[in-house]
Amino acid sequence: MDFFHVLVVLLESTIRVSVPLVFAALAGLFTERAGVFDIGLEGKMLGAAFAAGAVAAVTQSVWMGLLAAILISILLSLVHGYASITQRGNQIVSGVAINFIVAGSTVILGEAWFRQGGRTPALAEGARFQTINLPGADTIRDVPVLGPIYADLLSGHFLLTYLAFAMVPASWWILYRTRFGLRLRAVGENPGAVDTAGISVIWLRYRAVICCGILCGFAGAYLSLAMTAGFVKGMTAGKGYIALAALIFAKWRPKNVMFACLLFGFLDALAIRLQGTPLPLIGQVPVQLMQALPYILTVILLAGFIGKAIPPKAGGVPYVKER
Amino acid sequence: MDNIAIELRGIDKSFGPVHANKDINLKVRKGTIHGIIGENGAGKSTLMSILYGFYQADNGEILVDGKPVSIRDPNTAISVGIGMVHQHFMLVENFTVLENVMLGAEDSQILNKGIAKARQELKRLEKEYALEVNPDALIEELPVGLQQRVEILKALYRRADILILDEPTGVLTPAEADHLFRILGQLKAQGKTIILITHKLREIMAITDEVSVMRRGEMVATRTTRETSVEELAELMVGRRVLLRVEKGEASPGDVKLAVQGLTVKDSRGVTMVDDVSFEVRAGEIVGIAGVAGNGQSELLEAIAGIRKATSGTVLLNGRSVDVTGHRDPAELRARGLAHVPEDRHHVGLVLKFEESENAILGYHNDPRYLKGVFLDIDAIRKDAEEKIAKYDIRPPNARLKTANFSGGNQQKIVLAREMERGPDVLIIGQPTRGVDVGAIEFIHKRIIEMRDQGKAVLLVSVELDEIRSLSDRILVMFAGRVVGERSPEATEGELGLLMAGVEGRKEAAE
Repeated sequence: MDFFHVLVVLLESTIRVSVPLVFAALAGLFTERAGVFDIGLEGKMLGAAFAAGAVAAVTQSVWMGLLAAILISILLSLVHGYASITQRGNQIVSGVAINFIVAGSTVILGEAWFRQGGRTPALAEGARFQTINLPGADTIRDVPVLGPIYADLLSGHFLLTYLAFAMVPASWWILYRTRFGLRLRAVGENPGAVDTAGISVIWLRYRAVICCGILCGFAGAYLSLAMTAGFVKGMTAGKGYIALAALIFAKWRPKNVMFACLLFGFLDALAIRLQGTPLPLIGQVPVQLMQALPYILTVILLAGFIGKAIPPKAGGVPYVKER
Repeated sequence: MDNIAIELRGIDKSFGPVHANKDINLKVRKGTIHGIIGENGAGKSTLMSILYGFYQADNGEILVDGKPVSIRDPNTAISVGIGMVHQHFMLVENFTVLENVMLGAEDSQILNKGIAKARQELKRLEKEYALEVNPDALIEELPVGLQQRVEILKALYRRADILILDEPTGVLTPAEADHLFRILGQLKAQGKTIILITHKLREIMAITDEVSVMRRGEMVATRTTRETSVEELAELMVGRRVLLRVEKGEASPGDVKLAVQGLTVKDSRGVTMVDDVSFEVRAGEIVGIAGVAGNGQSELLEAIAGIRKATSGTVLLNGRSVDVTGHRDPAELRARGLAHVPEDRHHVGLVLKFEESENAILGYHNDPRYLKGVFLDIDAIRKDAEEKIAKYDIRPPNARLKTANFSGGNQQKIVLAREMERGPDVLIIGQPTRGVDVGAIEFIHKRIIEMRDQGKAVLLVSVELDEIRSLSDRILVMFAGRVVGERSPEATEGELGLLMAGVEGRKEAAE
């Protein structure tokens, strides 16, 4: 296998593993830019993955699965919103609580409903997403360089994959070119300015939280309906936290978010690729170390290479008007 | 009745046990500048917040142009033509001027069209009211004077006819304040009604047509400005006669107690905040440092007090040098006769959650007087606190009350009592009367002069130019980290103002 081919395969799997990160990090972008920190991306994604797997298994419809994922994720977002916006609770505590509740309840419900050790039944073809071949992919596959890039790297992904990457410019447009986006960014910086301008801080933040829920729903559905055929307990495996790291690494900007997610995805893909492959000079590296590599690099990147990331000024602070 | 822009009838508002507004009645005539004056905590801001729909009154009625309106939120206030310039600007700092002006009044879901329209409207307002500001500048890059202008533009953009300004000059240089007053005059000439909230009597006299005085949540009087005097207003505000002029004799300076040479301080970003500053303070004199907030006074004070590291320079305290660039030890400085009243009493001077007696010994808790072995001698501490409470007239006189429950003026007295009663040789004081009411200001000023007359060396930093002028024996003006000039307290406000704005100082330095 030549180097070019290896690279294409590596990048192809980078895209595949980056999708949930992109969705989740964009989800975090919406709430955090509105001033609500959300450590519960992980939980929402996991809840959505479970809902998608369970409903798709029962209804045999991938769309019902996706819808269920989004609804559950929005519901969890609203719980977080109620705790941190309406009740002005601690946003970290609320997020962590959601992560724990979901981690436990998905397994309990999965076991109670399907009796497969917390899994949902394996999905048949019609109940999960299929890959899409872009037009002409097969005909130009043999063209050197461009052929593999188009046919193997860009073509043959899931609908949600294309949606994830389309959401990057879309999120940018919403945040920077619409009234909603202007207000959302303002409320994350100085809710007082928004309030005195006659806009409801609470409603605005709830809308941001709902946006987050929708995007986490896509992330979760991708995990159980596209990447695999069904829900497995704990299948998010920290992706929500990685997405959060990517969001900070990207300094809360949509385009940077995409590149940060691709970087983390690449590290992940690389780790998978290098498993069992002896490295020059070092020799055989234990599988566990390779698996830990993306996380170790995440820590290093966040600690050293990020420069000064200035979070939204009002982030994490509930808005209190009355003294 | 036609010429009344706003009428308040029987407005009442309580926050829990605090009765902030008691049965307030007020009429503001159209096309006038109406001042509302009162001490901190008199209820001025609450009243205006009710008018702007930020709070809801428990009782009472608001009439705009003779029609009763129910102002439930800022939105309704805006829709009846009320605009507000808040004391703490309600601006998004990393947005442009244009975005801030548009926020909440964008016209359409998609910004493009609205931006073009806002830009045009902003140009028109600029011309009409001489309110120039670059629409594409980021707020955080603008000086406060311009930020305030953006706040005014925000209100005008929303077609406000009635403009409320809450303590607008607190952050401005005298020149900027004058400019603001010219703008307000122009707005008035265009038929706008302006409500000016302030605790500065001079401003009221300079610019308002009518003035209403609030005291402890009540509206105690309304006067035509021409027919009243500073003395009468002060008396109405405080409820008793107050001495506005500080009375002090000649200073008789003695030995140099504090000598600062070539002091340079950089902040965490490496920006030079204090730039090669040298001066001396002698026993028995008050040296005032004037300047607009943020020109290095705070950093200078902190470096001398031993809570901020200097990059270079020397400080001599009682003739002995202090290690300002190396190891900092405020406790040691205290032991050597330095007392420090910090600018920010809430974060540096006091622990608000502690009881009064604990704050009264903060930093001096290792004094054997307060100790019984390794334990604190609570009885001794409380007794000591009670003595200070009596001497400094701290109210309520309760050493066990949580410090947060004292008013600003009384909190400041707690700090002053702690630092002054030590009998220090050198006293450095930052913003002694910030957020302090008129009655307490008089007391604090007297105490500072007493310290001087006892032969202490006093270094005073204040952004209140009046305070600097009336207390100091010599005035140093700081601009952009440098001392740009020294003046006697007889120097005119205009002269000092030019120095503070960095206009005169550059010339002087060049010569």
